[in-house]
Amino acid sequence: MKGLTFGLFLLIVAITLAVTYWAAKRTKTTAEFYAAGRSISGVQNGIAIAGDYLSAASFLGIAGLIALNGYDGFMYSVGWLVAYITVLLVVAEPLRNSGKYTMADVLAYRLNPKPVRTAAALSTIVISTFYLLAQLVGAGTLIKLLLGIPYEFSIVLIGIMIIFYVTFGGMLATTWVQIIKACLLMAGALILSVFVMAKFSFNPVAFFQAISDKLGQKFLEPGMLYKNPIELVSLGIALVLGTAGMPHILMRFYTVPTAKAARTSVIWAMILIGTFYILTTFLGFGAAYFVGKDAIKAMDKGGNMAAPLLAQYLGGGAGTIGGEVFLAFLSAVAFATILAVVAGLTLAASSAFAHDFYVNVIRGGQADEKSQMTVARRTTFVVGIIAIILGIMVKGQNVAHLVALAFAVASSANVPVIVFSVFWKKFNSTGAVAGILVGLVASIVLMFIGPSVMDAKTAIFPLKNPGIVSVPLGFLAAYLGTIFSSEKLAEEKFEELYVRANTGLGAEH
Amino acid sequence: MGVHVEMSSSSAQQAEQKITRTEWAKIAQSEDFKTLVSAKARFLIPAIIFSVIYYFSLPLSVGYLPGLMKTKIIGPINLAYLFALSQFFVAWFIAYLYARIAGNTFDPLAEKIKNSRGGN
Repeated sequence: MKGLTFGLFLLIVAITLAVTYWAAKRTKTTAEFYAAGRSISGVQNGIAIAGDYLSAASFLGIAGLIALNGYDGFMYSVGWLVAYITVLLVVAEPLRNSGKYTMADVLAYRLNPKPVRTAAALSTIVISTFYLLAQLVGAGTLIKLLLGIPYEFSIVLIGIMIIFYVTFGGMLATTWVQIIKACLLMAGALILSVFVMAKFSFNPVAFFQAISDKLGQKFLEPGMLYKNPIELVSLGIALVLGTAGMPHILMRFYTVPTAKAARTSVIWAMILIGTFYILTTFLGFGAAYFVGKDAIKAMDKGGNMAAPLLAQYLGGGAGTIGGEVFLAFLSAVAFATILAVVAGLTLAASSAFAHDFYVNVIRGGQADEKSQMTVARRTTFVVGIIAIILGIMVKGQNVAHLVALAFAVASSANVPVIVFSVFWKKFNSTGAVAGILVGLVASIVLMFIGPSVMDAKTAIFPLKNPGIVSVPLGFLAAYLGTIFSSEKLAEEKFEELYVRANTGLGAEH
Repeated sequence: MGVHVEMSSSSAQQAEQKITRTEWAKIAQSEDFKTLVSAKARFLIPAIIFSVIYYFSLPLSVGYLPGLMKTKIIGPINLAYLFALSQFFVAWFIAYLYARIAGNTFDPLAEKIKNSRGGN
């Protein structure tokens, strides 16, 4: 039955390559490469954001976390949706109104472009790399489990496909790969949930009662994964702020024609993402009930196979045609998920280097359209190759903390400076560089001296999630850097940015 | 595909230069703009404060009031799960309120400011 899984994987490859071919013919300028010519509608972008955001970590990871740890796993689901309130109320529209392709565009609007863009490009590349590695390792492991293809081979294969999508199809291909993936994922999650609930006559009380009877009421109660409330709060801070600083998500707001469309896209993303995360209740608890913790752990210690194994069970069990068809379908969904997210991250990392660092720092903004495109494409190619090499290098390492680290860096390094830049008149370049660097270094150092990386007993920093310390540090550094220096031009240009961010006057078309 | 896509970075700068710094400052000082900004603040500040409090009260109450959170409400379904679930609906509701007020109030004000500049 591996043949079927293999066939479905090939089908996804074929469809996405066809999309890339179609998109490549429509991707000639930098605005088309980085922002799909700002031609994506609000609804399409909302679906694409869901596709960009619902990573293998949230799809396979959350189902696994709930299946193994019960209620505490669901805490992640909540934070990952509530995060969009921050995106909607604080960043989406000002960003669309005042930037061009990247987060750094907004900062560079009134600050000294070279140091600020360099710092922002650095944090963008660090965040994208951490997140990308976590996705790639997950992908390699998943494909090995499902198809028996060696890890290294899958990484190379995925890397090459991503290079194809992004180098030739740019944002347009990336967007449609994400839209296709989001539809597949929502369909997969809905079908599995309906099958789970059908076993309980669609009565949630009966569903939870069965879990309570089989696994104990404790499984439905908090406290199995997190013993320390401060840890939960720290995780919450990174989750709800981090999304608003994730470069691959922020970049999506430039693909729509107006700030109003950016707003529509957040609303649609929230509907899809929220529905998905509510469904993780049925996927996670369902897997714990029907498949069992031991069987899930036997396949993968981290619980990542919970959802695929649940699919196999609901289809009729291992060895039955239905079971294998369901497993193959869900595996294909997971595969599409990884491709879509990795494509988004590759594009974000490439834009940070090509647009922010090369064109605007090294060339001082003096590069013609053609050379900008050449650089953009070459950078994507190089980013893809580096991702393949790093992906192979970290084989066998536990990379689960890299997702948490990416969110910690995004919330500590990027969010303070975005917020200050748009809302605080006195904010200046020194503050921006200080905020980004301190937020970046603090979250990485705290993660590496904490229990995620060090032994839990000897860890210097007590928390797995550094957000509760690193986010205030990022804000503090941005504040102190600002008040201990002055920059007349940045203050003078504030009104311009403020009017533009709030009204859309002069926004990029 | 858009027609404006061929805007290189230099021509984008030219487009921005059409609005001079004194003009930006004039708009920033105008009554219309002040009305827009204060209307936004009146909604956004309470909405953000409420969201922060509502969201963080979940990990805090789960962490510090586990006994209360374990209370069964509907059969085996406890307060902890219902509180977590409510977060989704509260987030959606805030998003709905924002979309409504932005469409009804903020957008027309922003349009008015843009148009009074002679269209851009």
